Amino acid sequence: MTEHLPVRKTYKLYIGGQFPRSESGRSYPVTAPDGTVVRVAEGSRKDVRDAVRAARSAQPGWAAKTAYNRGQILYRVAEVLEGRRSQFPAGEVQGAIDRWVWYAGWTDKIQQVSGSLNPVAGPYWNVTAPEAVGVVGIAAPESPSLLGLVSRLAPALVGGNTVVVLASEASPLPAVDLAEVLATSDVPGGVVNIITGHKAELLPWLAGHFDVDSIDVTGVPDDLLADVEREAAANVKRVVRPEQGPLDQSPHDILRFMEHKTVWHPVGS
Amino acid sequence: MADVETFGKALEYAPSRESTAIVSIKPRYDLFIGGKFVEPKSGTRFTTINPATEEPLAEVAEAGPEDVDRAVKAARKAFPKWSGLPASERAKVVYRIARLLQERAREFAVLETLDGGKPIKESRDVDVPLAAAHFFYYAGWADKLEWAFANRRPRAIGVVGQVIPWNFPLLMAAWKLAPALATGNTVVLKPAETTPLTALLLAEVLQEAEVPPGVVNIVTGAGATGSALVSHPGVDKVAFTGSTGVGRAIQVALAGTGKRLTLELGGKAANIVFEDAAIDQAVEGIINGIFFNQGHVCCAGSRLLVQESVQDLVLDKLRRRMETLRVGDPLDKNTDVGAINSAAQLDRISELVDAGTAEGGEVWQPTCPVPDKGFWFLPTLISNVAQSHRVVREEIFGPVLSVLTFRTPEEAIAKANNTAYGLSAGVWTEKGSKMLMVANQLKAGVVWSNTFNQFDPSSPFGGFKESGFGREGGIHGLEPYVELEPIK
Repeated sequence: MTEHLPVRKTYKLYIGGQFPRSESGRSYPVTAPDGTVVRVAEGSRKDVRDAVRAARSAQPGWAAKTAYNRGQILYRVAEVLEGRRSQFPAGEVQGAIDRWVWYAGWTDKIQQVSGSLNPVAGPYWNVTAPEAVGVVGIAAPESPSLLGLVSRLAPALVGGNTVVVLASEASPLPAVDLAEVLATSDVPGGVVNIITGHKAELLPWLAGHFDVDSIDVTGVPDDLLADVEREAAANVKRVVRPEQGPLDQSPHDILRFMEHKTVWHPVGS
Repeated sequence: MADVETFGKALEYAPSRESTAIVSIKPRYDLFIGGKFVEPKSGTRFTTINPATEEPLAEVAEAGPEDVDRAVKAARKAFPKWSGLPASERAKVVYRIARLLQERAREFAVLETLDGGKPIKESRDVDVPLAAAHFFYYAGWADKLEWAFANRRPRAIGVVGQVIPWNFPLLMAAWKLAPALATGNTVVLKPAETTPLTALLLAEVLQEAEVPPGVVNIVTGAGATGSALVSHPGVDKVAFTGSTGVGRAIQVALAGTGKRLTLELGGKAANIVFEDAAIDQAVEGIINGIFFNQGHVCCAGSRLLVQESVQDLVLDKLRRRMETLRVGDPLDKNTDVGAINSAAQLDRISELVDAGTAEGGEVWQPTCPVPDKGFWFLPTLISNVAQSHRVVREEIFGPVLSVLTFRTPEEAIAKANNTAYGLSAGVWTEKGSKMLMVANQLKAGVVWSNTFNQFDPSSPFGGFKESGFGREGGIHGLEPYVELEPIK
């Protein structure tokens, strides 16, 4: 038997369905679970902007898919993740798979749980239903880096949003591996974009971006939170916190990434 | 047909003035804190005037930081007992408020018109009945909250600071107070400085309803009072209705504090008229959309988007209809368009319309006479404008309609959504499938199809984008006022 040298992976960004290196040409060292040191793309604010543009372009198409179709695509993520489970942290991967399955089933139920036909005092048909808020920025929890990310990402996708993720800075490898799962799971390019790098550098740009509608601050370090929330006010962003905790699994988390629209129409002849 | 105008003008309206005898305005008003009217520690007062006559109505206390602090402490003190009250008893208290508002409806309507300048037929038929209905609706929720949230037990947040605008003074107080009280919170409410009187009359109703002292506190004042309230560390949740500029400043001020926040901000609603609309109904809808309450409406249909093929027809009919609008004494029951709320607002409207002219817009107004005194602005149509013009981009908050045209539904949707705002929109077509397609694609919290400016306590209201976040009204209006606990 000949010894084979292992082929190392280059951990790149995930933007618009592609895997580019950071436009800045930077990378930073990260210690992998096996103790080896690998280099991970160190995203720049330009990468964040590119990711937002990709997310915005993909958003109408993702939201326009039928809820049934979106549900099947999210379920497909679970299928592909199941097949690649050895790539992911052993303690988190089962939970992550189960979470995708759980949220996949919500796509065609959330409107029924949260919508209403309103009994207004007049001759009007009046109906309220949740819809996507648009482009969501997510600061993924530092740890657990896979389950934490999936717990925030999946509920945002259910309602038809597209997402720009700032991955766990200390443990970004599962996020990049997850990008490979998403890229092979029928999730259209641009629906999820994943940036690795330094949160302190990138968060203000993501939070202040005028084409981002909502920012999830679950993984924002405490010392950056006030700054991020101030930046978010620039375009009156919805600042989202997990309903109960970072590892929530709840329809209320889906709804925090949604807007309720009410439509009136007269009833008569 | 040529004589429709002549015929319309031949119809003279005899004045039909609502009596003000039902209202007794006090010369001076104190703050409402801990269930009592108390003198302001600030020692300062301001004058509220009737914008239709510019005559002073009363001196009103201006709450300083010490007064706000006292109000927040009163609310905090009242919180444990109020939130701990059996929910069915809390419901009864809120029901009482609704009933008393109905009993004293005429008084509230006249006072609202005196202090704010809106036509009596609107305060009488819209503001006051809807305010009462809002309390009645949310009263019923107080003891049914466990049915409102899937698999969660809701509980009150604590002390809520609420800042409301001058366009619907009593109604906005009702929108804010009713869900907050039904869910067991206690409140410090700051009315707008140009329209404090109906909130202070509401304080008397709260006493009459035996709302426990401190459950609702009302601190009058201007921006500084509001700022002191939302920034007070004893406030757990802030609810604001007003301009996007101030809303953004509040969001900045609250950054990192962990306080809950809902914002109901400005708008620049598109009112889309397709060629297959019922044109006469659409014209009435356009009129109601922009001239209701002098256009002092965050969800006003201030951008008319009319399909090119019917542009001339719609604008002809619109101008003819605008000629019949009666502008003047808000107390006259015939009046359609009342007084502009304040001199400052009149200046802002004039400044923006001047900017519209400077940018090449064509301004058209009817020939209606207006009183010599008071603040007035004639219903105004501005055509020949582009999407980049200030009168198309900025909220004017007055009776000013900008006109744009489109050829295809796709163009209409793109233009309608081409704004930082997203509060409301209108769509006029007799084709149901087109209506639903357009409604689906509009980025607006409320879409009125073949109607406009309809409101109901059971119907959620609130914006997309820079028009704010959170909903008021309906089951969705409860969420901003509760913490959710998992049911173990």
